[in-house]
Amino acid sequence: MINLNINQKSYEVDADPDMPLLWAIRDLVGLTGTKYGCGVAQCGACVVHLNGEAVRSCVTKVSRAEGKKIVTIEGLSKNNDHPLQLAWNEVNVPQCGYCHSGQLMSAAVLLRENPNPTDEDIDSAMSGNICRCGTYPRIRKAIHLAAELHKKEGGTK
Amino acid sequence: MSTNQVSRRDFLRVSGLAGTALCLGFYFPSSAKEAEIVNTSGVPKSEVELNAWIHIDTDGKVTIFNHRAEMGQGSFQSVPQIIAEELEVDLKEVNIILAQGNREKYGSQITGGSSTIRGSYKNLLKLSATARIMLITIAAKKWNVPITACYAESGHVLHKASGKKFHYGELVVDASKLEAPKEVVLKKISEYKLIRKPLHRQDTPLKTNGTAIFGLDKKLPGMLYATVERNPRLRGIVKSFDASAALKIPGVTKVFKVRMGVFNTFREGVAVVANSTWAAMQGKKALKVEWDDSGFEHINTTEIYRRQQEDLQTKEGLYLKKQGNPDDILRQEGKTIDVVYQTPYQSHSCMEPVNCVAHYQGDKVEIWGPIQAPEWVQDYISGQLGLPKEKVIVNMTFLGGGFGRKAFMDYPHEATMISKEIGAPVQVVWTREDDATQGPYRPGISYRCQGAIHNGEVTALKFRMSGQNNDHWRGGKTDQANRSTSEGFLKPYFDSIKNISFAEVQFETPVPTMWWRSVYASTNGFAYESFLDEVALAAGKDPLDLRRQYLQDERCQRLIDKMEEVSGWKKRKKNEGFGAAITECFSSTVGQIVKVSKDASGKIKIDQVWAVMDCGWYVNPDIIRAQVEGSIIMALGAATIHEITFKDGLVEQRNFYDYKMPRITDIPPIEVHIMENDADAGGVGEPGLPAFAPALTNAIFDLTGKRIRKLPFDLSAV
Repeated sequence: MINLNINQKSYEVDADPDMPLLWAIRDLVGLTGTKYGCGVAQCGACVVHLNGEAVRSCVTKVSRAEGKKIVTIEGLSKNNDHPLQLAWNEVNVPQCGYCHSGQLMSAAVLLRENPNPTDEDIDSAMSGNICRCGTYPRIRKAIHLAAELHKKEGGTK
Repeated sequence: MSTNQVSRRDFLRVSGLAGTALCLGFYFPSSAKEAEIVNTSGVPKSEVELNAWIHIDTDGKVTIFNHRAEMGQGSFQSVPQIIAEELEVDLKEVNIILAQGNREKYGSQITGGSSTIRGSYKNLLKLSATARIMLITIAAKKWNVPITACYAESGHVLHKASGKKFHYGELVVDASKLEAPKEVVLKKISEYKLIRKPLHRQDTPLKTNGTAIFGLDKKLPGMLYATVERNPRLRGIVKSFDASAALKIPGVTKVFKVRMGVFNTFREGVAVVANSTWAAMQGKKALKVEWDDSGFEHINTTEIYRRQQEDLQTKEGLYLKKQGNPDDILRQEGKTIDVVYQTPYQSHSCMEPVNCVAHYQGDKVEIWGPIQAPEWVQDYISGQLGLPKEKVIVNMTFLGGGFGRKAFMDYPHEATMISKEIGAPVQVVWTREDDATQGPYRPGISYRCQGAIHNGEVTALKFRMSGQNNDHWRGGKTDQANRSTSEGFLKPYFDSIKNISFAEVQFETPVPTMWWRSVYASTNGFAYESFLDEVALAAGKDPLDLRRQYLQDERCQRLIDKMEEVSGWKKRKKNEGFGAAITECFSSTVGQIVKVSKDASGKIKIDQVWAVMDCGWYVNPDIIRAQVEGSIIMALGAATIHEITFKDGLVEQRNFYDYKMPRITDIPPIEVHIMENDADAGGVGEPGLPAFAPALTNAIFDLTGKRIRKLPFDLSAV
C-alpha cells in the first residue's frame, strides 16, 4: 500500500510502485480532474503540484509521490476562486476544456514564482502545455489578468 | 446556475420531472419538414420524460436539454442562451442537461457541419416563445386582463398597470393544460437581452475546477478498464496472439480478440481488460500478435501523391459543376496558368484521446462517451446487436475536442463488444499512439488548377481534385463526383466568371478518412484561394480588387470593405507581406488578411492575422471570436507544423513528439471582427479555418515572391 497526500487528504492506494501518479490519482483515488493526454510528458494535461513544483503525473512514478504534498486541480482553491480560475472565467478561456486542468496548474506555479510575468515569461512557462482548441491568446490574457487580481488581493493566494 | 450531467433516471429523481409541470418539446414527424411544437405535459410520466425539451416545474425551476454535443464550440452556452431569451428567464437560474441520443425527440443531433445553431435556432426561438405565451395567457386569465396588458421577465409574468406578478411556477399547472398556440411573434434583434451579448460560458467553472465530466472521467461501480492492440496497418485481421506475458501483469484479468465496425468494413484487435488503465496499458505492451494485413502493406505517402498527380494530368474526372466551356477558352485565349497544389493527411488529435464506457446487460446496453452523434451510435449499435433502439441508451459527456473524429461509431461499438464479452461495465481507453496511428484522417489531396486571362479579365477557371472521398466510407456512390469538390469556393464567382468547372478525379486507397474541421473546405480553400492570387497577379490586379470585382454580392462587398478597413490593406508598406483569402462553408463567409515580415535573421514571422466573419444571425460574439481564433491556430498547425504520412502501410507519427502541435510560443496576434446583419444564421465552429493557410502563403508570396503550393511547409525555412 502506498500513502498519498492529495489536496491535504490522505489516501491509501494499492498500486504497483511503477504506476504513474496520473493513473493512481484517476483510477485508484477517483479524482478525475487531472487528465491523460499523451503519456510521455509532451502535452501537460496531467500537470499536478508535487511539494509545490509542477510535475507531469503521467511520467512520475507513484512511489516518488509518497510522503509528499500533492495538489491537483480539485485542490487549487476551495471555492473556484483562485485568481487564475476567476481570470479564466472572465476571459472565457476554455473551449473543450480538457487541457485546462494542466494549463491552470502550470500557470499557478508561474504566478507564485513570478507575480508580474511578461508575455515572454508566460510563453516560456506555458510552452509545455498543448491546447488543440487554440485558446493560447486567451491563456496569455488571463494570466495577466490573474496577476492583476492577485495584486489587488494583496497577494494572499 | 447549476449544471448537471446525470442520467435520465437520476434526472427524474432530482428534479421531480414526473410531477405537475409545463413540458414543451418538438415532434419530428418523419414525413414533415418542420418540427411541430407539442405540449407534452399531460402525457404519462415515461412519455413526458421522452418529450420534454424545456421543462418548468411548480417551483419555477427551468431545465433545458442541450441536444447537441459540447466539444468546445459552445453549444452548452448557445442553446440555453437562445431559449432563455424568448422564455424570459435568467440564464443563471437554468439547469442545463446534455441530452441522450433520441432522433424522435431532438431531430438530428449529429454535431457536425457547424450546424447546431443554424439548424436549430428558429425552432428553439419558437419553442421558448410558445412557452412564454402560454404562461402569460394563464396569468392574464387569472387577473382577468387582456394578454397584451401583461409581459414576462426573469421567470415571472407581470401585469403592466398594477405591477402584480406571478412566478412561472405558479402558472405551470394551468399552462400545462393549454394547447400550444400555432403562431407566436418573436422578438426583434433590437429587443434581445441575451442573444448577441458576450455572456460568460456556463461551462467554464466546471472546466476550471476539475468537475466537468469528459468521457474518460466516467466511472461506474464495478467498471473495468481495457486497451486494445489494433492492427498497426489500419485494417486486416488477427492471425494469432500470445497472451501469456500480458496475463502475468498484475491487474490484467482477460485478453481476447475483438472486432469493431469501421464504416462499412471492420477492424480487428486484441483487447486487454484490467483493474486500472495502467495495468491495461502494460498488458497491451506485453502482447504478441501476428497480423494478416495483406493488401495494406503497399500504402505509401509518396505513392499516393504520385498517383493523384499523374491522374490529374491525364484524366478529366467526374464533373460536379460545369458552366460555359473552360476547355475551349483555355486552348484559345491569352495567358494561361496551370499548377498543382498538394495538401496533407491530418489527424484530429483531440486532447482527449478516443475512449468510451459501455455496459452491456443482455437485453440492453448503455453507453457514455465523448460522442458527436449519439443517435447515429444508437442506430448503429442497435443494428449490430439486434437490440431495439430504445434498449440502446447513449449518453454524451463533455467532449475533450471532436473535430469530426468523434462522429464515428467504431469506438462505442468496440467498447460494447468488450463489455459483452466480459459481462461487466468497461472503459476502453485509446492511448495517444492508438489515436494517432489508427485514423480516420483528413484525406490528403492534390489539385490541378487552370485559369485563362484575356485583356486583364479572368475568362476561364478549371479545377480538378484528386483525393479520397469521405462519402465512400459511408456507402456513397462511386459514379458521382465528390459533392464537396467546390466546398469553400464562393458562389458569386459563378455569376461573374462565365466558364468554370469543378471535377473530381477519383482516387481510392484503404486509408480510413473522415471529416476534419471544415472538411474539404480546409484543403480546397488553400488550393482555390492561392490560385486566385496567382490569377490576380497574371491579370495585373490587386488580389483583393480581383475578389471585389468578381464577387458581385452585397454581403461579400461589405466583407471586403471590412477586411481592408481593419487591416490597412491599402496602406501596406514595402517590407511587409500582405495576403488575403475569402472562403465560404456551412453558410458562413470568412475573409482573412495575414501580415508577414522578416525578422532580424531573415526568417518569416507572422505579425498579425485579421479575420472577418459573416455568419448572419448569431448568438454569442465572444464564442464566435474564440472559435475563429481556435480555427486559425488549428489551421496554422496543419499548414506549417504537422502531417500524417504512411510508409509500407504504417502511419509514421505516434505522439506529440512527432506529430507536433502549435504551442503558445507559435501564436501570432489574431483580431476577429463579426459582420452585423440579420441574414439566416450560418455556422461558427468551422468556417474560420480554411482562409488562413492561403492568406498566409499569399502573404509570403507578396513579401518574397515565393509561391508555396504544398502543405505543410516549414515557416522557418522559407
